[in-house]
Amino acid sequence: MAEKRVGSQTVVFGSPPVIIAAAAVVGPKEGEGPLAEYMDIVLEDDLLGEKSFEKAEMQIFLQAARKALSKADITPRDVDYLLGGDLLNQLITANFAARDLGIPFFGLYGACSTITESLSLAAMLIDGGYAERILCVAASHFSTAERQYRYPLEQGTQRPPSSQWTVTGAGAVLLGRGGAGPRITMATTGKVVDYGIKDANNMGAAMAPAAADTFQAHFIDTGRNPGDYDRIVTGDLATYGRELTIELMEKYGYHIGDRYIDCGCEIFDREKQDVHAGGSGCGCAATVLSGYLMSLLQSRRAGRLLVAATGALLSTTSSMQGESIPGIAHAIAIEPEG
Amino acid sequence: MKKHPTFEELYQKRVDEKTPPSPIVMNCIKAFLVGGAICTVGQGVGQFARDVLEYSRESTAAFTAIVMVFLGAFFTGLGLYDNLARFGGAGAFVPITGFSNSIVSPAMEFKREGYVLGIGAKMFSIAGAVLVYGIGTSVLYGLILFLFGK
Repeated sequence: MAEKRVGSQTVVFGSPPVIIAAAAVVGPKEGEGPLAEYMDIVLEDDLLGEKSFEKAEMQIFLQAARKALSKADITPRDVDYLLGGDLLNQLITANFAARDLGIPFFGLYGACSTITESLSLAAMLIDGGYAERILCVAASHFSTAERQYRYPLEQGTQRPPSSQWTVTGAGAVLLGRGGAGPRITMATTGKVVDYGIKDANNMGAAMAPAAADTFQAHFIDTGRNPGDYDRIVTGDLATYGRELTIELMEKYGYHIGDRYIDCGCEIFDREKQDVHAGGSGCGCAATVLSGYLMSLLQSRRAGRLLVAATGALLSTTSSMQGESIPGIAHAIAIEPEG
Repeated sequence: MKKHPTFEELYQKRVDEKTPPSPIVMNCIKAFLVGGAICTVGQGVGQFARDVLEYSRESTAAFTAIVMVFLGAFFTGLGLYDNLARFGGAGAFVPITGFSNSIVSPAMEFKREGYVLGIGAKMFSIAGAVLVYGIGTSVLYGLILFLFGK
């Protein structure tokens, strides 16, 4: 067996890669939300003066990437790999942004789980000795996701209470070998889990089993308990998916309710912002991780974190053909320096 | 022998219990108010055509439809109709203004893909279904009337 693997799904890094810098860029609506102060850039215009929302999303991706690089005081040439993705068909946001950045690039599609999928792989590449620095970026945009997955923006529709609001934003995390900062010590790679949920307006319920499955695997593989973490975090399960995850974890024999937060519940104020169940999208976990959670780690207001971004692996074709929605969750353990 | 529910069935049941249903009664009341208000405007336009412009019965119907379709398109263009529909639901979708909204909104959205394959091809992406089944039903109804009517 490979010496850095424990259990069936987890790797433990020999020299844990360090988060050198992180940056979060969010749209105006997210800028009115409770986490605004933790974000590096809050946009005033979600079109950024571009001709299309797709171009705007690419700019948001680029802004987050460049902000993370400038915080670390390095240029794209100092980065060995760019890993990341988005929600759009054929990953146009990440591909087009990578064209501008000129960093060797792996495009990853993990739906909204992209940021921790990228960070897991980046940490393996660095700890494996294949790279010195890797930039991970994930982005989403409300208006591009709406047109791809749902309806035209101006189409009059009513949303059910379980629907979620795609976050406009991008999060970028720069990982490096050694140095100061919080470090990624373990990664538990999720399996695709499908409990047969078909309602595309209830993605939290579709993804909750994947999150619970990954957490359970993490605890079994590592011998750790929920109590070993200050916060256990999921990407975008929103209100009902979060409650279902707590219940599933109770069934597996783990009590996480007292330390468990979901980025989709945190980024918006559900009472005031008309987002129904909460936020979603690649940008949801990516911005909350690079903005809010990084700030908690740096100010030492939180110790060890277990973060699993969650993805609903549906497409418009699969939903229209009546297929159920498979989910996935990739977890990383982040620990403060020293 | 009673079949045991599968794990998937049990989970679906729990999800259904956990997820709040759409507030149907409240939505019906809102739809009634919004739909009623749109129809009242339509009625006013009709009265105007009949009493002031002294149009015939048929011309009045056509005039009213034209004005209401224009209003639906106009408020969609201003970016207001979707807000009305988010509140009013079916009350904003069922009147002819909603039909107008369903054609104008994809036309606006897909303009960036060009005039032919963008606006031209996508304009009826939602209204197309209404047209197919609306016209289909009227053909069926016409046949029934023709065969068994009088």
